[in-house]
Amino acid sequence: MLLQAKRVTHYFGGLCAVSDFNLDLEKGELVGIIGPNGAGKTTIFNLVTGVYRATEGNIEFDGVELVGKRPDQITNLGIARTFQNIRLFRELSVLDNVRIANYAQMKYNPVEALFQFGRYAQEEVRTIDEAMDFLSVFKLQDYAEETSKNLPYGNQRRLEIARAMATHPKLLLLDEPAAGMNPGEIVQLMDFIGWIREQFDLTIILIEHQMRLVMGICERIKVLDFGATIAEGTPKQIQNDPQVLEAYLGEGVEP
Amino acid sequence: MAKRWLLPVLLVAGFLLSFAIPILNLVNPYYQLILMYIGINIILSTSLNLVNGYMGEFSVGHAGFMAVGAYIAALLTTQLIPDNLLGWMFPLTVLVAGAGTALVGLVVAIPSFKTRGDYLAIVTIAFLFIVKSVFENIEAIGGPRGIPGIPKLTTLPWTYIWTVLTVWVIRNFVYSNFGRGVLSIREDEIASDLMSVNTRQVKLLAFVISAFFAGVAGALFAHVLQFISPRVFDIIKSTDILIMVYLGGIGSIAGSILGATIFTVLLEVLRPLQEWRMVLMPLVLVFLMIYRPTGIMGLREFRWFIPGRDLFARQRWQQKKEASNAAAS
Repeated sequence: MLLQAKRVTHYFGGLCAVSDFNLDLEKGELVGIIGPNGAGKTTIFNLVTGVYRATEGNIEFDGVELVGKRPDQITNLGIARTFQNIRLFRELSVLDNVRIANYAQMKYNPVEALFQFGRYAQEEVRTIDEAMDFLSVFKLQDYAEETSKNLPYGNQRRLEIARAMATHPKLLLLDEPAAGMNPGEIVQLMDFIGWIREQFDLTIILIEHQMRLVMGICERIKVLDFGATIAEGTPKQIQNDPQVLEAYLGEGVEP
Repeated sequence: MAKRWLLPVLLVAGFLLSFAIPILNLVNPYYQLILMYIGINIILSTSLNLVNGYMGEFSVGHAGFMAVGAYIAALLTTQLIPDNLLGWMFPLTVLVAGAGTALVGLVVAIPSFKTRGDYLAIVTIAFLFIVKSVFENIEAIGGPRGIPGIPKLTTLPWTYIWTVLTVWVIRNFVYSNFGRGVLSIREDEIASDLMSVNTRQVKLLAFVISAFFAGVAGALFAHVLQFISPRVFDIIKSTDILIMVYLGGIGSIAGSILGATIFTVLLEVLRPLQEWRMVLMPLVLVFLMIYRPTGIMGLREFRWFIPGRDLFARQRWQQKKEASNAAAS
């Protein structure tokens, strides 16, 4: 078991954003989380990555308890994520965006940095080469010196995933990667997600509104509504679940 | 590579010149004094830029740190160090003043960084007021009258050496892993956390380094002015340093050097205006914020200051790739 969430509950003041969320994730799986706006999907990502601390419940990753750990510690354990609304380091270069994700892997201390001795030079060269290699895997090497806010939208999405991958994760959390994409781009994105999964031997959790994407690539889907899990199963099962239809389309009217 | 070798040559030339000017009396003593103030102001603006420009926080307490450094150094040279050793002990005195200030910086930073933005500004203002009233109320260090009769130990060569050292060290920091952490906090702190940056550690580090150099500047300042009192380090002094940073440009070392130089020279040129200077300078800040909020150099850097490793990263990587491909085939 790679990730296990047990009875995770989170309140914002009096509002219950997530209630009794359970998830068992095996290594190599691709699981989707869907649900209407405000159902608590992104909150779950924020709980797993330590941005919020769960009010109740446990989250275990690779046998380590995550609740109470800082986000950077959780990232170092091997969980990376992207954001619903792209959150690149906008004024920094594409290369620096990826190099920052290498932060915890750098092996020199502040004194070595201030006076440029010891492992400093060697580590700096290593991180540049590694970041450039990453960029070339994601076909972004030609933009390395570009300020990241100047990239076209699709490449910003791609860079955000490249940056997340540069932290060397075992588990990748994708928060609405298809937001703002047209159907053609979504097909490309599906291929792309499948490809990074193979390439990096990844486990993925995907939050998405685009049914085409979710139904196309997820093996298992959880449906959330008002913080509660209302259905779980394969894409086929979900598509025919009356509760899911109700959450999305509203209650049926008796004829 | 555009003549990058010129930079070290210029630095050595500057060093020799800093000796030649006072010995040969190349320019009159008034101009020598202004040169020393320019150096001290460069140290102040570069170190404040680390927190306000590179990290995007808003600290207003820089004059407070300067005061701590000035008092530590002045007490050492007036009370502790015997007169015949003063000259030799001066670099060590400045170093101790910097280290002491860095320690105070650490104490201030821990509560300060539980807050952000406006709140950090308020915490640092409070710090400034605390420092001022502490110094005013301790009779043993002169109380409101301050410390008179400080030996004039700051010379042009020492100012030059400390200025170059400050700029070099802060540049090294900015272009290191930790510096990139600092930048990422400015851009997006949550994303930074989630990219494995230990933001708490990085913030403390930046703040402590900034305080260290403010202390160094304070020590040098006390030994030019030869007299310090709590009133010298009030909110106006902090505002002056802020003007230098925002005039020159946030997130830019070249900007800090430019800002400090322009500000110091302008202050002297406008001296005939007397009190009206104090109206003009804030007005400069107002117009700056409206028409060019990032300052003259805003977020850009003089190419010679950027390590070649960073500047030619993609080029070098490509060459390496081609070389290894050629070797393989």
